[in-house]
Amino acid sequence: MSPTGAAPGRAQSRRTLRRLLSARNVVVAAATALALLLPLFGSNFFVEFVMTRTMILGIAAATIVFLAAYGGMVSLAQYLLAGVAGFMVGNAVVAQDAWSKGLKLGWNPWVAVLFALAVTTAVAFVLGALASRTTGIYFLMITLTYAVIGYYVFGSITPLSGFGGITGIDPPGLFEDHPQRMYLALVVLSVLVYVAFRVLAVTPFGLALQGIRDDPVRMASLGFNVSLHRTLAFTLAGFTAGLAGVFNVWWNGQIDPTSISIGPTLDLLIVAVIGGTLSLEGAWLGAFVFVAANNYLRNLPLVDHIGITEARFNTIVGVLVLLIMILSPDGLAGIIDRIRLGLRRLVQLSRGSGAGPPEAAAGSAP
Amino acid sequence: MLPRWVSRAAVWVPVAAAALWVLVLARNTSAGPAIREPGEFVVTLLDGVTFAGLLFVVASGFTLIFGLMRTVNMAHGSLFLGAAYVAHEIQTNMVGKDANIDARDVSLLAWILPLLAAGAVVALLGLLMQQLLLRWNQGQDLRQALITLAISVIAADQLLAHFGGVAQPLKWPGAVTHFFEIVGERYATSRLFMLGVALLVGALLWLWLNRTRMGMVIRAGVDDQEMVRALGINITLVFAITFVVGSFLAGVGGVLGGSFAGSVAPGVDGAWLLNSLVVVIIGGLGSVKGAVAGSLLYGMVVALSPAYLPAGYTYYSVIFTFALLAVVLAVRPAGLYGRVE
Repeated sequence: MSPTGAAPGRAQSRRTLRRLLSARNVVVAAATALALLLPLFGSNFFVEFVMTRTMILGIAAATIVFLAAYGGMVSLAQYLLAGVAGFMVGNAVVAQDAWSKGLKLGWNPWVAVLFALAVTTAVAFVLGALASRTTGIYFLMITLTYAVIGYYVFGSITPLSGFGGITGIDPPGLFEDHPQRMYLALVVLSVLVYVAFRVLAVTPFGLALQGIRDDPVRMASLGFNVSLHRTLAFTLAGFTAGLAGVFNVWWNGQIDPTSISIGPTLDLLIVAVIGGTLSLEGAWLGAFVFVAANNYLRNLPLVDHIGITEARFNTIVGVLVLLIMILSPDGLAGIIDRIRLGLRRLVQLSRGSGAGPPEAAAGSAP
Repeated sequence: MLPRWVSRAAVWVPVAAAALWVLVLARNTSAGPAIREPGEFVVTLLDGVTFAGLLFVVASGFTLIFGLMRTVNMAHGSLFLGAAYVAHEIQTNMVGKDANIDARDVSLLAWILPLLAAGAVVALLGLLMQQLLLRWNQGQDLRQALITLAISVIAADQLLAHFGGVAQPLKWPGAVTHFFEIVGERYATSRLFMLGVALLVGALLWLWLNRTRMGMVIRAGVDDQEMVRALGINITLVFAITFVVGSFLAGVGGVLGGSFAGSVAPGVDGAWLLNSLVVVIIGGLGSVKGAVAGSLLYGMVVALSPAYLPAGYTYYSVIFTFALLAVVLAVRPAGLYGRVE
């Protein structure tokens, strides 16, 4: 968004530079650099398993955050849409002679990706159009219903998958046997998604969407098509979730309905909630906390002792979400914001200028 | 908004096509055309109505709580499953067998006592949940939905840890497990018994809401909570009682549903949360009348679609649940009896 065209005044360019050099952007850029350099020093398990999974979940959770923060819609259908893309890739790439379920079209993997994304986007458009006249709690319920119906659709329609799922899905040659490449591709995709969502927020479409989030009646009377904006936002989020779903199925090599059932659907919401449903960066932060907890909690010495073994992971996740919702509905990002706000106040007080109102209340802006 | 004729066509064209198909055309389906196989048709309708009874018992509790408090209780399915497990424990203890319980072993008391006890247990759990976790954040509907969602995740995991992944038996009393003849077909008495319990629940609920002072307060609270509060009525107490009743209904539904399936297994909580959601989205959130309409429509679709799909295509029946939802949402986004806010 920096004005690169007609030569701007020095003062303006300095202002733009200062705006871009906000603490938030610097932290994000540093995190991105760290993520890109990680293969140089991280262990294989950490990079290819923990961080790859973090990026996949992060992108999918970012679509929840995008819809919640800019559109005021908390969607539980994002994991379903990722799953739709995964099932479509599976149906398209698995060869006719393979021992698996599905249509077994045996297509080129890249053609399959285009096909999967097209189907996912179309499904997201239809689902979004149906749900777009509701918001808030109704939207949450309707998208949860989509998610559960989607599970039964793929489970019971045996030509598409059946409960056994589709196995033996190979990623394209670019990524096959190159997990580090897949990780780097996911980092790049994460950055693209992150930047795209943030840029979108200041486009006319994004501004209208946020206006609709705040006051749909006023926006409607100003001539904006409220449900169309919501539908398009949902479609875009669905497309992005589809991208995450494609990588997810490449990474797993298989997909079955249980992997998009109510449990994983809630897990994704939980990822977004841990990070804070109003903070875009929080999606990846939440994904990292979730995946790390999933992989490392079992190593803690006390865990076995108090009877919370790996099998009881869901209890831990549930308690975590419960605590977050009780203490800080804005998630970890909200907690960080609060700490920052508190520190700033402390600094202001020590300088003796505590009269000024604190800027940017915690969690009020995405 | 859709033009009026479009929304009318969206309702009547599919309904007319489905009626024509079921009555005359449905060759090569498991039930056969209704004019040739009236017995199959009647049995399928009965399946739909009896399942609708079960749906109503579960969904009415869900919609009652939402209607008054704007709380979407995502743990409703967990209360359902929890009650079914409690009833299973009590019933196996009363019958004195661990596995292979036959309905003939189960006396009427060995079903009613577990029903009431399980209902009471989950009603108490619901009350605890409301008092500890939901009372102080009244009005923050998303936060409450996520809190109850977290509880449902914990409950599902703990129930799995305690009762294991294998289905546990829960049976109807022997007195109602017979078959009787109707239009040349055999039909299970237990399904009619389930419908009877549902009708009793519905009647009691109607009397409570329409003929008692408490019901009057609840109906007023649904319309204007602030006004009820301003009139000096202790609405906090009414909230607590409503939550107890709603949870009790989930529990009764759980025992009915468990007996209906013959067993209790993990995963049922999610399925019944879905069923409650579908019913209230169709009928309109917060409306008991809507719960009746939603249960009947959804029950009919669940019963009719597998019976009247061509053999070999019955697995597409799940699409019809979605189609029902889509038509209702397209024509009435707030559900049949829901109010646009």
